[in-house]
Amino acid sequence: MPNIPIFAAVGGYELHELKDIFIMQGFAGLTLFSVFLLMALGLVIIFGQMKVINMAHGEFLTAGAYTTVFLSKMTQTYLPKLMPIYFPIAMLAAFGVAFLIGWIVEYLLIRHLYSRPLDTLLATWGISMLMRETFRLLFGAREAGAVMPNWLMGSLSPSEGLDIPINGIFLLSTAVFMTLFIFFLLQRSHWGLCVRATLVDRTMANAVGINTARTDRMTFAIGCGLAGIAGAAFTTYSSVSPSAGSLYIIDSFIVVVFGGAGNILGTVLSAFGIAQAQSILEFFTSGVIAKVMVLLTVIVILMIRPQGLIATKIRR
Amino acid sequence: MVESSIKRNIIGTRGEFMSFALLAIVLLVVFPLAFGIFRLNLTAKYLSLAFAALGLVLCWGYGGILSLGQALYWGLGGYCMAAFLKLEAAAVIARDASSGTARALTTVGLPDFMDWNQITTLPYLWYPFKSFTLTLILMLFVPGLVAWIVGMAIFKRRVSGVYFAIITQALAWCMEILFVTRQGLTGGINGITDFRTILGVRVDSTAMQYFFYFLTAILVLACILLCRILTGSKFGQLMIAIRDMEDRVRFSGYDVANFKTFVFVIAAMMSAVGGALFTLNVGFMSPKLVTVEPSIYMVIFCALGGRLSPVGAIYGTLLVCFARTYFQEKFPSLWMYIMGAVFIVVTMWCPRGLAGVMDTFLPKLWIQVKNHIKLPAFLIRAVDWIGGDAEGRC
Amino acid sequence: MNFSKKNTFAALAALALCAAVPAGADEWKADWKNPELAKYPTAKVDTTGLAVTDNYVTVGQLHSVTGTMSISEIGSVEAERLAIQQINDAGGVLGRQIRIIQEDGASDWPTFNEKAKKLLIKDKVAAVFGCWTSASRKAVLPVFEKENGLLYYPTFYEGLEASKNVFYEGQEATQQIIWGLDWAYKQGCRTFYLLGSDYIWPRTSNKIARIHITRYLKGAKVVGEDYYPLGNTNFNSLINKIKLKNPDCIYSIVVGGSNVAWFKQLKAAGITGESLAHKKNTSGIGGKLMLTISTTEDEILGIGGKNCAGFYTCAKYFQSLDNPNNKKFVAAFKAKYGKDAVIGDVSQAAYEGPWLWAKSVEKAGSFDVDKVVEAAPGVVFENAPEGYVRIHKNHHLWSRAKIGKMLEDGQFKVVAESKDLIEPNPFPKGYIK
Repeated sequence: MPNIPIFAAVGGYELHELKDIFIMQGFAGLTLFSVFLLMALGLVIIFGQMKVINMAHGEFLTAGAYTTVFLSKMTQTYLPKLMPIYFPIAMLAAFGVAFLIGWIVEYLLIRHLYSRPLDTLLATWGISMLMRETFRLLFGAREAGAVMPNWLMGSLSPSEGLDIPINGIFLLSTAVFMTLFIFFLLQRSHWGLCVRATLVDRTMANAVGINTARTDRMTFAIGCGLAGIAGAAFTTYSSVSPSAGSLYIIDSFIVVVFGGAGNILGTVLSAFGIAQAQSILEFFTSGVIAKVMVLLTVIVILMIRPQGLIATKIRR
Repeated sequence: MVESSIKRNIIGTRGEFMSFALLAIVLLVVFPLAFGIFRLNLTAKYLSLAFAALGLVLCWGYGGILSLGQALYWGLGGYCMAAFLKLEAAAVIARDASSGTARALTTVGLPDFMDWNQITTLPYLWYPFKSFTLTLILMLFVPGLVAWIVGMAIFKRRVSGVYFAIITQALAWCMEILFVTRQGLTGGINGITDFRTILGVRVDSTAMQYFFYFLTAILVLACILLCRILTGSKFGQLMIAIRDMEDRVRFSGYDVANFKTFVFVIAAMMSAVGGALFTLNVGFMSPKLVTVEPSIYMVIFCALGGRLSPVGAIYGTLLVCFARTYFQEKFPSLWMYIMGAVFIVVTMWCPRGLAGVMDTFLPKLWIQVKNHIKLPAFLIRAVDWIGGDAEGRC
Repeated sequence: MNFSKKNTFAALAALALCAAVPAGADEWKADWKNPELAKYPTAKVDTTGLAVTDNYVTVGQLHSVTGTMSISEIGSVEAERLAIQQINDAGGVLGRQIRIIQEDGASDWPTFNEKAKKLLIKDKVAAVFGCWTSASRKAVLPVFEKENGLLYYPTFYEGLEASKNVFYEGQEATQQIIWGLDWAYKQGCRTFYLLGSDYIWPRTSNKIARIHITRYLKGAKVVGEDYYPLGNTNFNSLINKIKLKNPDCIYSIVVGGSNVAWFKQLKAAGITGESLAHKKNTSGIGGKLMLTISTTEDEILGIGGKNCAGFYTCAKYFQSLDNPNNKKFVAAFKAKYGKDAVIGDVSQAAYEGPWLWAKSVEKAGSFDVDKVVEAAPGVVFENAPEGYVRIHKNHHLWSRAKIGKMLEDGQFKVVAESKDLIEPNPFPKGYIK
């Protein structure tokens, strides 16, 4: 293997510069963490609850992103006064649209395939192809961007040489809020109760009167809705194209599998670890080497400890 | 006793033998006569993809191991062959040192893409590919080794199908990134192109294209026979048992991980052969062929043809590839919808693919035809004989 | 057999949408009679069995209409069609109307290879206008050389190639890079940070840039070099590195979709054209800047002009060029494709392709590839929207380089132009070891 220059730059920096580097890189890592977390959250719920691999998850992200772009254009053209506040509304709309599509998809397709996890992989890949092509027909192949309200642009400068992007803070707070929200939803709401009951023993849950089919549908739709919110958040720092979501799908799956595939804490830890590792490595080596190193390390760790970080149950 | 069991393993039921013979006739006689060299070359390209689908029949259909990264092994085989052909091309250019192509290089004798990347000596990794025999060995050994490592590490830990599928996908993606970024080693995103000769014979002459087509077709048929031997034997029974009830097989005393790894390695090697043939037929190899999307296509070839039928996998591949070329020309936007619909329809309603449809549909159709249309007696007897016993299929 | 409602709906929707997409009006006239048939009989102008009849000649178009590259290549498709329509309206070439067979490369290099074979072997087209990425060109090059076809390739690229069967309408690396770096140096930049997407074009370009900076620009040096995978959308680490190194000139070769993330994140981090210009260069002359060679009007459409304002691009064409040829060209383009259409450097280069081919064919008096190739060097296209271009012996174009400053509305303001035509030099001695 040709030589990989690692830590070539460490020696060149002063101590106070290194401190600033770590803070700024830490924050860059947190931005990546937020995106991973939002994507993986939806996947974890769907996978943990229903053992369904949703290869179309990236396309739900794209759906949410396009909703945001669409609303941004509408607001700009017809209601420019509302520009500053349209974004949170757009996020809710993104959730709604993705939720709806997820609901329909589950009803028509997924519920027939619960006993065959490998086949859901393929069927959902088919759905992702359909969705991608629909996006291309509806929105064109060109990159589309949403216009950001002014309060989301720019950065904070607590000290000289230290710049923290505002949309990074926004992303982080969104991700944390959604995680806590889902966590409490699972613990406290009726839906959460049904979900946990079905997880433990589906037959008994049915016998007790819980409509497991409806619970599953709700779970799938909520998972997709989360991807929609991730999509809305995605537009703050990147553009949308029909294949935007597919860039994140493999990363999200790795995060889910690494975290233990079924519990939220594991996902959080895994997303944090992977994002920070990639971010810090990116600084000292090149972006490509960092990605490959992190990916290979995760795969190797998975081979040694296939249950992931926090195991929920013995995997078969 | 041994002879008859070998005969049974290879030939199978009369129906299966007939479908194999039909495929052989189509590939070796019908296509060469019906197609001009352009379409025949296309068919050879599609057949090279069919090797991966065959591998998937073994490891997915019979073994229950869904690999979403078969293109990785396919591509490794392809790159090995490409390396050999590129070194030979560089030697050809070096021999004609006064040509414009040679004068444009700084270090003559090196592959051109290495020259553009300011590399002046051949990397160590490329040395083995100077010899044809070593290339053939490495072409099978390297993908086999990678598959063995992956299989051993994962199956010994009893990681189930879904996680395995995701990990194979991540590996394929990883490999693509590595291939794209190690430009000096692999030609980067452009891939390896511009071959001249193989063992002294020009690669792109019409005669050689015919030769490569027949080579591909014969090797495909040989691989189908190999599949039949494996699946018709006790090993095949074991794989089905592992696919359906892994724990019981383990309790019966078999080391399941070893068997799964074995079948995975065989599938990888078969794919690698396909990759090498692709390089010969098409004349280049690119990292885009190593990544996730071609892997998914290979799975769909297998699924459409019938994941339990080697012959079906070939038909599935040819059908999807020809359809893709046709639709991309006439209705490019419609193509993706059709593909998506195929995925959904096949996985939901036809898990046994075209082969399954044929199995259930044809005998019924024949009975209807027999009952309602007057046919000469000898024809009825002939078709009954050809069809053999429908229950022979697994 | 109950087919899911969803599938039927999807299929019907697809068919309906396909029908709704308007089939473009053909760019050639039907039932055309060749007025110059006596002067250019088919037997004389086509001795190699190309798709030439008394009244028509067929050419091929090979671009990605679907897939990730379609974003960039659609502009080239449109520009080529416009050129062919204009040539046909003026009487065609050798009196014959030009017919187009369009193939979709689908952003997949093996597909490019397959379609190239189809166009050359089965359809026997007289010329092909196509490809965009170097990878697609490399994938089809052996086919063109074996079948002795003609390819007109529009994109600016890394050079290191000069095939007999290809005409390169875009700038090669030295035409774009060297003059641009000289301009940055004149603005006072002495420290450079090189970055780009990770594949051959940015890497080769930056190699040339590095050699030029360290060897030929006095007192200048490279303070950093970084590459990110194609399609990468997370540049925060890179931006932090740049902030730390504080270079005078950020030299960026980020390609395709990554552009959007790159510019948006720069803006979020507070790096804009204006903020850079306020900082003084290490030489004391002028303010800092960011110079790219890969961001054109097409990319800015997706990025949003507000995120890019104040940065610079070095290219040979900008939509806002103020000359009569360009004004006519932009008007014609917008009339055909809508008033919101944008035209980037590559689209304009693609527009030149059919014109250059037509002129070469007229000069040779024949469609035969060998005769066209022989006649091509020296062919001039004075009415090119970018100004005057001329075909060089090495099949590239003499052209002028320009520096454009990005504006908030997505267009450019041209701030500098090379005085003379720059000679194309795809194998520059002294830069490639």
